[in-house]
Amino acid sequence: MKEQLARMRAEALAALEAVKDAAALDELRVKYLGKKGELTAVLKQMGRLSAEERPAMGALANEVRAAVETALETASKKLEEAALERKLKAETVDVTIPGKTAHMGHRHPMYMALDEIKEIFVGMGFTVLDGPEVELAELNFDRLNAEEGHPSRDWSDTFYFDADSRVMLRSQTSPMQVRAMETMELPMRIIAPGRVYRKDEVDATHSPMFHQVEGMVIDKNVTMADLKGTLNKLVEQLYGPGTRTRFRPHHFPFTEPSCEMDVQCHKCGGAGCPTCKGEGWIELLGAGMIHPTVLEMSGIDPNVWSGWAFGIGLERTAMRRFKIADLRLIFENDVRFLEQF
Amino acid sequence: MNLSREWLNEFVPVTASDKEFAEAMTLSGSKVETTTDLGAEISNVVVGRILSMERHPDSDHMWVCQVDVGADQPVQIVTGAWNIHVGDLVPVAKDNSWLPGGVHITRGNLRGVKSKGMLCSLKELGLDERDFPYGVITAAALLNDYHPIDPDKPSVPADVRPGHKIYGPVLAAAVEAVESAGEGRWSCTLTYPEKTAAVVTPCQNLHEGDMVAYNTKTGAICTLADLHAEQREFPHCIPDGIFVLQEDCAPGDDIREVTGLNDQVVEFEITPNRPDCLSVIGLAREAAATFNAPLTLHDPVVKGGAEGVLAELLDVETPAADLVPRYTARMVRNVKIAPSPKWMRRRLRAMGVRPINNIVDITNYVMLEYGQPMHAFDYRYVTGGKIIVRRAAEGEELTTLDGNVRKLTANHLVIADENRAVGLAGIMGGMNSEIVADTADVVFESACFDGTCIRKGALSLGMRTEASAKFEKGLDPLNTLPAVNRACELVELLGAGEVVDGVIDILNYVPQPTVLELEPEKINALLGTDVPEADMAAILRKLDFQVEGRAVTVPSWRGDVKRMADLAEEVARFYGYNNIPTTLMRGQTTVGGYSAEERLERRLGRTAQAMGFDEIITYSFISPTYYDKIRWSPDDPRRQSFKILNPLGEDTSIMRTTTLPSMLEILTRNYNYRNKSVRLYEVGRIYLPGGPDGLAVEDKYLTLGAYGEDMDFFTIKGAVEALLKELRCQGVRFTPVRDDPPYHPGRCAAVWAGEKRLGVVGQLHPLVGKNYGVDVPLYAAELALPALLEAQGPDPEYVPLPKFPGVARDIAVVCDEAVTVGALEDCIARGAKGLLKEVSLFDIYRGPGIPEGKKSVAFNLTLRADDRSLTGEEADEDVKSILAALGQELGAVLR
Repeated sequence: MKEQLARMRAEALAALEAVKDAAALDELRVKYLGKKGELTAVLKQMGRLSAEERPAMGALANEVRAAVETALETASKKLEEAALERKLKAETVDVTIPGKTAHMGHRHPMYMALDEIKEIFVGMGFTVLDGPEVELAELNFDRLNAEEGHPSRDWSDTFYFDADSRVMLRSQTSPMQVRAMETMELPMRIIAPGRVYRKDEVDATHSPMFHQVEGMVIDKNVTMADLKGTLNKLVEQLYGPGTRTRFRPHHFPFTEPSCEMDVQCHKCGGAGCPTCKGEGWIELLGAGMIHPTVLEMSGIDPNVWSGWAFGIGLERTAMRRFKIADLRLIFENDVRFLEQF
Repeated sequence: MNLSREWLNEFVPVTASDKEFAEAMTLSGSKVETTTDLGAEISNVVVGRILSMERHPDSDHMWVCQVDVGADQPVQIVTGAWNIHVGDLVPVAKDNSWLPGGVHITRGNLRGVKSKGMLCSLKELGLDERDFPYGVITAAALLNDYHPIDPDKPSVPADVRPGHKIYGPVLAAAVEAVESAGEGRWSCTLTYPEKTAAVVTPCQNLHEGDMVAYNTKTGAICTLADLHAEQREFPHCIPDGIFVLQEDCAPGDDIREVTGLNDQVVEFEITPNRPDCLSVIGLAREAAATFNAPLTLHDPVVKGGAEGVLAELLDVETPAADLVPRYTARMVRNVKIAPSPKWMRRRLRAMGVRPINNIVDITNYVMLEYGQPMHAFDYRYVTGGKIIVRRAAEGEELTTLDGNVRKLTANHLVIADENRAVGLAGIMGGMNSEIVADTADVVFESACFDGTCIRKGALSLGMRTEASAKFEKGLDPLNTLPAVNRACELVELLGAGEVVDGVIDILNYVPQPTVLELEPEKINALLGTDVPEADMAAILRKLDFQVEGRAVTVPSWRGDVKRMADLAEEVARFYGYNNIPTTLMRGQTTVGGYSAEERLERRLGRTAQAMGFDEIITYSFISPTYYDKIRWSPDDPRRQSFKILNPLGEDTSIMRTTTLPSMLEILTRNYNYRNKSVRLYEVGRIYLPGGPDGLAVEDKYLTLGAYGEDMDFFTIKGAVEALLKELRCQGVRFTPVRDDPPYHPGRCAAVWAGEKRLGVVGQLHPLVGKNYGVDVPLYAAELALPALLEAQGPDPEYVPLPKFPGVARDIAVVCDEAVTVGALEDCIARGAKGLLKEVSLFDIYRGPGIPEGKKSVAFNLTLRADDRSLTGEEADEDVKSILAALGQELGAVLR
């Protein structure tokens, strides 16, 4: 009986080692461990043994059962693994076949540039304002110190809605300075992005409608050094740290002193090239300390309060930011262009 | 404003390189646009003297010249030009030389004859006849160059001989000898049978052996024009050729020096507040301050002494005193009109002004030097010796120097004599008093006119001139006297005439210098600097401000300096904008942020993008015809638009009252670019009449537009629904719209949130597509942002997730075609007894099994109780009630 058990064990283990599929495995399970299986058959002979032999033989039988069960388990696992492997292999795809497109829409690149500017200034405590485009000449010009006779008031430069040149399309976002001064509490920090209009024919760098962002701060002890510091911050955020800038004297009726800010040419790094017309610098924006007369016209005492303001052209900023070669692309709205951003 | 650096150096020595000069001037406030080196493109071109000329052995039109170029040996040069003669001084581009346009000249071989360079024309030097008026070439018609148009019918016989009659008094004659008669004229000896004639002619293409057409009656050698000949009949007798120099120069001299091309011209952008910088002296003052160099100005000295007493010769009245702050005039007699000298011409040329004659050139020269526009007019046409500066009469006419007849109004200021206007003050002189070749007595006017009057006058006549551009900025009245004296000084220097003693000078204003207090603390506080008071004073003095203690007297030409901030700018400019420190703002913190409108826009934009819509930006102004394209009726009140009175063109002439046509334009453009499946959105304004102060009501709209394979009515509607869901709008519903002209009458819906109409969504009417030339269905939605802002739902609040399972039931009902799904859904909701949680449409079927005119509509119902598991019986109870309602209210029966 002992030999019987040993032989069965050896046979079973060998068979399980070689088993090829789940059906064969099941057959083996029944053959050895089933109710009518070999082990049961052997155990049925236990009755014939003496009382002394029984425990030893019982232990041996249990040991054989355990061994066969373990082998069954192992074989089963192996088969499962093999089956999974075959399945996975069968499911292999060509990963270079294009994915199914999830079509996302795109923010217009000019508004992307505007979003960046807004974020920078909102972070510095500025409020974003919106205002009318059909504007009073009084706010666009007079209240900004551009008197009767200022060339930009000419009908050749500005669009008007009435013969008295009273209502016009704003030629700059600067009237928002006046509107803010009229309605907001001091001190104030605002930016006002929006559309502006000038009588320029459409070409690669001009459009009769374009966008500006106006910025203004009025507070006590505001200095031109603050203006420089803030604008440098803006440029750093827009064009990366280490972007070099310079400030040049300029003239705007509503600021004094006035300046224009240049950034070093990104193409040549300042050596001079066609992009910067050989100057090494590219004009970015106009700015200055708010003219005391402008403050006075809005009832703000320039002896107590001072302020600065700037205006930046959005199209040009976006064009530089994304290296867009032609302004017309911005208003053409070809999806092949829009979907690049 | 152009500036010749050569001229600048007369007043201030600046040796900086062009680049350094440009940068330093730019940073001190005079922005340099470009610098042009006039002779940069020319090298190795010298003056040469023609030593001899031989006809080319192998050509009927070329000459072989030996030319002295100042070297040991003459060089041989072959030329096709016929206007040169032995002894002429000409520009020679030597072997390995460069000319404008990158033209490289090297030695060569012309029909077997060696040529070591090229003789140059004015054009080849980058010049023209305006630069050198004497460079004009007149060509005689040489009969030996005659090529008949029709060989069978020649106008001149091929065997023409001297003495042959050409026509009338014109005979063929041989040129025996040619000799210079000076001033670009030539003495020719002509022979024809048994006769000899001596002729002086301006024609430069004559040489011994030529045959010409000689008019025996007038004694002139005929040109092509005289013979009414075409150029192709005399292909080599052209008004072009070598530039024969009439300059004081010698062989070997650098042509750049001789022609004044050894100068750099700097173009400045001068801001309108600085008219004083529209002059060489003004810029010299800025340059002196910028480079810390001495400024040497010159007081004009006039000898005078011409016959006559000015007061008797000339009387000036200024009835329009309010428009003429100052009128200054002097007189010059016995004027000899001639070209001005080379130094003056080259300076004018460098500054972009065309030389004309000595008197006109002097006025232009003084205008450039002093920034004071001058006018010279012929005294003999000033009737009564009286100049009256008055407003024009309504309808008065004047022919200006450019030959145009100008119809004037009382808003124009004229210079007149007793009878008529002789000039348009501050804008342009009159043709009737123009300086001409035989002008003898000249009045120089140097006046100051009201800027606004001149600007408006020039604008209304559409003739903005150099003078008016200066006057309109407001000139310094104190400048008129030195300027007129300078003009008279130049007259004497050029020997152009004799100056009458005395000046007529009418002052209609009281000069009042501006005196400001120097407030160093305030200036430093404004700039954020720490500039010492003494440095501020030094800067101001460099600019000719007088500083005594803290009193600053502003120079008369600096009308722009009125208060402390203006002084601060002067200090900052020369302290250096880039030396001002950079600091970040201190002071009270402000909160900042976005408005509710702006947050709404961002939310809508993000959602639209997530659904595949690309953002576009379109013009706010459109053409009125756009309303026709979207089929608005001619009397549609929405056509009431803000109309631009001076638009660039019809296409951009009115402010849109709808964003739809802008969207359709862009859809069309993309369609024409063959872009498939396009989805676009824009957040843009419309402009409606009726705002405060006569302004517009500028409401924003979200406009969606789309076409393509994956687009239909329900897809665009789905996008609208998703947007409204994102905004958590309550009570969203869609009602059919059958009469919105741009839209398909059966595929258009009004969008509502409760009782608030938000906008419209639909497929565009096929006729609209036709108007745009698009033959695929177009879809759009227009939603008003103010309405969306109001319809936005409250912030979300947590609703417990269902604890108990629901029961699903599908029902299909058959009803009339006219019954809408919306009506069925509403009815289902009403019919349920409180367990219905969700209704969703899953099928609409028409066809076999369903009667004609009916449809089967199938819904999936979800029923659920919040406090227990629902039994099938309970659910069926509700469904029964729903079906009963459907049957009673809509005649819809279970299929």
